[in-house]
Amino acid sequence: MKKPVTKNILSGIPAAPGIAIGKAYLYQKDKEYVEKEAIENTDAAVESLKEALEKSKKELKKIFGLAVDKMGDKRAGIFEAQMMILDDPVLIKNIVDRIQTEKLSPEYIVNDEISKYQKIMSESSEPYMKERSHDIEDIKNRIIRNLRKKKWVSRIESDVIVVTDVITPADTVLFTRVNVKGYVTNFGGLTSHAAIVARSLNIPAVVGVHDATENIKNGDILILDGIHGKVIINPDEDQLAEYKKRIEKLNELDTQLAKLKNEPAVTIDGKKILLQSNLDLIEELDFVVEHGSEGIGLVRTEQIFDVTNSFPDEEEQYEMYSKIAQKLYPEFVVFRTFDIGGDKYLPVDIKEPNPFLGWRGIRFLLDNINLLKTQLRAMLRASAFKNVKIMLPMISSIEEVRKTKEILDECKTGLEREGKQFDQNIELGIMIEVPSAAVLSKEFSDEVDFFSIGTNDLIQYILAVDRGNENVSEQYQEFHPAVVKALDYIIKEGKKGNISVSICGEMAADLLAVPLLIGLGLDALSVSASTLPRIKKTIRSIKFEDAKRLANQCLSLKTEKEIKEKVYAFYKTHFTDEIENLLEE
Amino acid sequence: MIEKKVKIINNAGLHTRPAATIVKIAAKYKSDFYIYKDGLKINGKSIIGVMTLAAEKGSELTLVFDGEDEKEAAEEIVKYFEEGFGEL
Repeated sequence: MKKPVTKNILSGIPAAPGIAIGKAYLYQKDKEYVEKEAIENTDAAVESLKEALEKSKKELKKIFGLAVDKMGDKRAGIFEAQMMILDDPVLIKNIVDRIQTEKLSPEYIVNDEISKYQKIMSESSEPYMKERSHDIEDIKNRIIRNLRKKKWVSRIESDVIVVTDVITPADTVLFTRVNVKGYVTNFGGLTSHAAIVARSLNIPAVVGVHDATENIKNGDILILDGIHGKVIINPDEDQLAEYKKRIEKLNELDTQLAKLKNEPAVTIDGKKILLQSNLDLIEELDFVVEHGSEGIGLVRTEQIFDVTNSFPDEEEQYEMYSKIAQKLYPEFVVFRTFDIGGDKYLPVDIKEPNPFLGWRGIRFLLDNINLLKTQLRAMLRASAFKNVKIMLPMISSIEEVRKTKEILDECKTGLEREGKQFDQNIELGIMIEVPSAAVLSKEFSDEVDFFSIGTNDLIQYILAVDRGNENVSEQYQEFHPAVVKALDYIIKEGKKGNISVSICGEMAADLLAVPLLIGLGLDALSVSASTLPRIKKTIRSIKFEDAKRLANQCLSLKTEKEIKEKVYAFYKTHFTDEIENLLEE
Repeated sequence: MIEKKVKIINNAGLHTRPAATIVKIAAKYKSDFYIYKDGLKINGKSIIGVMTLAAEKGSELTLVFDGEDEKEAAEEIVKYFEEGFGEL
C-alpha cells in the first residue's frame, strides 16, 4: 500500500471494529445559538411545541418523583414551579399566538418569550431573583432541547457516519432509529457509552479524536477504520481502493469466524470456557443467538429500556425479561438491576461533583425501594423456566447484599401469595467493581451465588483514574499489576467459596487480555456479541497450561510495561494468521 | 371588579412556593386576576409572571379580581396573603 497523505487522516481510539465508508453527518447538539428561522407550516410547529412541552413534563415528573427526598423543600418547590410553567396558560398562549402570526420557528419564539421574563428577573435588585432567572433558564433549555431533538431525528439521513462531540445514551436511542454506518466522536474512551453501544450493534467507531468536528464538514466522504482508530477525510482513489479491499477481507474473515458458531469455546488442551454475551440493546438479541453465545452474562437493563425518560412498569419489564430468557433457553441469562449514575445518565437532574463516587447502582436502588421491588418482581416472574439469575451493581458492603436479599424475599412471598410462577432457588450474584468488594471477596462468597467482575469500573476505582478524563486516560491500565493481583485474589477467593466467577468488562473482549484472564482461572467470559467469535477463536488457539504459566509470570511482575510486554509476546507467538495480520496492520 | 391591597408579612417574602400556591388557587376560579406592584401589571394565573415579582417582607401589592366568582376568589387569595402564606 502506498503511503497515504497524512493530512486527511485523523486518529483516535479504535472503539468498535469494522470499516465503514460513507457521508459525514455533523451532529452538533449543544449549539447555543437559536436560529431565527422562518417556517411555513405553523400548525406543525405548534404541534411540535405541544409535544416538546409534554416530553419536558414527563422528564420533570420523573425527576420530581425520584429526587424529592434528596432535594429538600426549596429545590422541590422549584421543580413544582417548573412543572407549572409548562402549563402556564398565559405563557403558552403567547407563544402559540406568536408562532402563528410571526411564522418563526418554535425554538426562537420560546427563547424570545421566556427570555423576556428572565430579563425582568435579572434586572431586579434582589439577589435571589438572579437565581430564579437561572431556574427559568433550565426550563427554557429543556423545552428547546426537546424541540430540537425531534428536528434532529427528521434531519438525519440514513447511511451516514455520525460525527459529534460526545454521544449520550439518549442520542444512541435516537441513532438506532436511523441506519447509522459509524461513529466518530471528539471525546470518550474505550469504555464510554458510545463505544459500548457501537460494539453491541457492530457499528465501527473511532472515539477520542479531539478535533473531529473541527476538521470534518457535513457531507464529506469518510473512511472510518474502527480497527486502527483512523478516519480518512475525502479519501483519494488509492485509499478508497485499499479500504474496499480490506472490507472484503473482513467479510471473508467474518464468514470464516461464523463457522465456529457451533464449536465450543475450549482450549487446545481441553479446558472449557463459558463464553457469553453482554446485552445492551434488544436489537442485539438475534445477533447473540447467531453468534453462538452460551447464554447472556450481563443484561444491562438500564440500557435495554430508555430510562432517561421514564422507568418501565412491572409488566413491561416482565415481558422484556421473559422474551430474552425464552430466546436463550435453556442457557442462562443474568439480569443486572438498573445501574444508573456515574457516566450513565441519572434520570434525575441532581448534579454531583463526583458522580462515579456518588449516588449510583445499588445505592440509588436502595433509596428507591419501589423501583427495586418492581424490577426484582419482574425478574423473578421471568425466572419461571429456571434459566434466570439476578445480579446487583456497585456493591460495596455486605449490608447492601443483605438488605437486597430481604427485599427479594419479600418479593418472593408476594408472588407466592398471588400464585405467580418463579424460580424459588434463583441465584443472586454481585458485580465486583468496587475495591471494597474485591478486598472482601472471601466474605462476599459466603453471601452470594456468583461474582461477575466489572473491569471497567474496578480498574478506574483501583487506579483512581477517571476513564473518561483524557488527561489521565493513559493511566487507565488494564495490565497494571494491582489490577492483575486484584483479579487473581477475587478469582481465588470465589473458587475457594465454591461460587462461579466470570468477567463482563471490556477487558474480557481484549484479545491480548484473554489468555491472561483464562490463565488466572476464570471459567466464564461475557463480551459483546460482535466480538464473541474472535474471542472464541482466541480461546481455541491456546493451551490452558500455557495461559496458566503466563498468568503466574505476570503475577510476579511489578510494572504495567513488563506485563504488557509479556502478554504481547505471548500473543505474537500464538497468533500469526490472517485475522491478526489484518488487525495489526 | 374587586380591588384589594395586601402586604407581605412572612420573613421569606413571595418566594417560589407561595407563588405556585397563589397561581394554583387562582386557577380554580373563572375570574381574571391581576397583581399590581411598582407600576407592573402581572397576570396572577401565570406562574412565570408571578415569579418575576420581587416582593420582600413589608412590600405592598394590589390585587384585582374581575369575573363571576370574583368575590370567592378574592376571599381565598387575600386570606392566603394575610396568613403570611402559612409561614408565620
